[in-house]
Amino acid sequence: MKREQKQNLWRHIILISVGFFLLYPVIFMVFASFKNSNEIFASSNLLPEKWLFENYTNGWSSGATGTVTFTNFFINTFVLVIPVVAATVISCTLAAYGFGRFDFPFKKILFLVLMATLMLPNTVIIIPRFMLFKKIGWLDSYLPFFVPALFAAYPFFIFMIIQFLRGVPSELDESAKMDGCNSFQILIHILLPILKPAVFSAGLFQFLWTWNDFYNQFIFINTPAKFTLSLGLRLSIDASTEAVKWNEVMAMSVCSVIPLFVLFFCAQRYFVDGIATSGLKG
Amino acid sequence: MSKKRNPARKKVKQWTGFLYILPWVLGFGCFQLYPFVSSFYYSFTNYTLLNTPRFVGLGNYITLFTADKQFLETMKITGAYALMSVPLKLAFALFIASILNAKVKGIGIYRSLYYLPSILGGSVAVSVLWRVLFMKDGAINRFMGIFGLPAVNWLTDPDIALFTLSMLQIWQFGSAMVIFLAALKQIPSDLYEAAEMDGAGRFRKFFNITLPQISSVLFFNLIMQSIQALQNFTSAFVITGGGPMKKTYIIGMKLYDDAFKYYKVGYACAESWILFLVILALTLLVFRSSSAWVYYADEGGK
Repeated sequence: MKREQKQNLWRHIILISVGFFLLYPVIFMVFASFKNSNEIFASSNLLPEKWLFENYTNGWSSGATGTVTFTNFFINTFVLVIPVVAATVISCTLAAYGFGRFDFPFKKILFLVLMATLMLPNTVIIIPRFMLFKKIGWLDSYLPFFVPALFAAYPFFIFMIIQFLRGVPSELDESAKMDGCNSFQILIHILLPILKPAVFSAGLFQFLWTWNDFYNQFIFINTPAKFTLSLGLRLSIDASTEAVKWNEVMAMSVCSVIPLFVLFFCAQRYFVDGIATSGLKG
Repeated sequence: MSKKRNPARKKVKQWTGFLYILPWVLGFGCFQLYPFVSSFYYSFTNYTLLNTPRFVGLGNYITLFTADKQFLETMKITGAYALMSVPLKLAFALFIASILNAKVKGIGIYRSLYYLPSILGGSVAVSVLWRVLFMKDGAINRFMGIFGLPAVNWLTDPDIALFTLSMLQIWQFGSAMVIFLAALKQIPSDLYEAAEMDGAGRFRKFFNITLPQISSVLFFNLIMQSIQALQNFTSAFVITGGGPMKKTYIIGMKLYDDAFKYYKVGYACAESWILFLVILALTLLVFRSSSAWVYYADEGGK
């Protein structure tokens, strides 16, 4: 017993010290956002000498583009992310239901294709995608994000929901069918309540990845008025010719990740369960 | 009568399933298959967005491996980046997961906190933060100064900058950790008890029980993390911009520059196909070799 207690103590010591190192950057970011620019680099103190709340107000409007502020970036990000999440969740649930519960012609080969696309790197398809969207005039709009989501071009989430669906006994659907439900009613009334955790996880991950995405947004959007937070933040460290005001940039960085913090602490169970059950990237 | 109805009903049922996956079929065709095939086609042309594509055969590929000195250099840098970040990330994730895999109070809190970097790590905000932290007079050097360590040029020393980027990748070990943790929990404890009775030590147990038992998960993590690392763009672009002396100019950046800055679309497609083939080869290699070292409990199933 004694030995076990000692071991546990060691565990906690390791876990706490590792945790401190891991979270130090985040803690630093929060405090740095209240310092003045010199202090970020000149002082070893974590806490600011004077709490400068104006970093937030100045940073918010000082975006190098004049009229465009972080209000726009925030609104744009939500306007981009929320429909993408909704469309992904609906289209991927439908596809997962089709694959998980039905037999249809070419199912085997189509499923194989689905699995193969899991490994298809985005880098290979992004250039022709760009040209496709250019040809149909979708560049500099959010359609390159909305439409693929609407058409379930995210095999990872389909796979995730299929995995979950496999664990749901099909007797449930059978008995509902006896009661006269059609297949769509079965999905909505019987399976969806059970699938909720998986669907919710898919939505969360899509939210997170679209929120954090920089590469696609950088390629498809080029008018500052349509910029998202990712693009706006990049702008604030890039476009200013005079020295970058790092304290204000830190303040805006904090703002841009606050929604992620909130989301994470409200729904951490779904994040963790989501990757544990589907066993995929992140 | 019933004989006649049955096949008809079966047919209806068949196409119902297809109806549900129809959006995916269309999406796959337009946004994955079509770009994939046309990327292959463009890679054999001199397309630049301004001209009509002209077929140049293997021209782009020959240029990549002969005239373009930067390409091989870039591939080397990208490989080094993946080799530095993925194994360290997995080792760290496994180490933490095995500490967390015990009945200790507050495990849930640790697990959540350790996962946090994975949530934030991909954002531009954290890349910007990394740049601030690792500047010459940034917080990391100050922190090291407390212990009397000399300041390091994390971002401007050509030998070190790539490692600085790797650290951001390693920092996001949370999802690998969660997957490992789930796998560790599956290992039957009587295996360890039997080993203990035979007098096996901590290391013996790790190498002879833990590692074989989680090998399929390890292999899965290895593929997914490598694919991800090879395609990185954001952190290099924001933190170092490919410098110093192009020592962090990874393939994601070169692809971007060639395609969207210099409009050498055909050429960039050829580059992306090389990257694709590397990823494919890597995946197949790991799959192939996995039968030798991956242990599946249900041998019949896989």
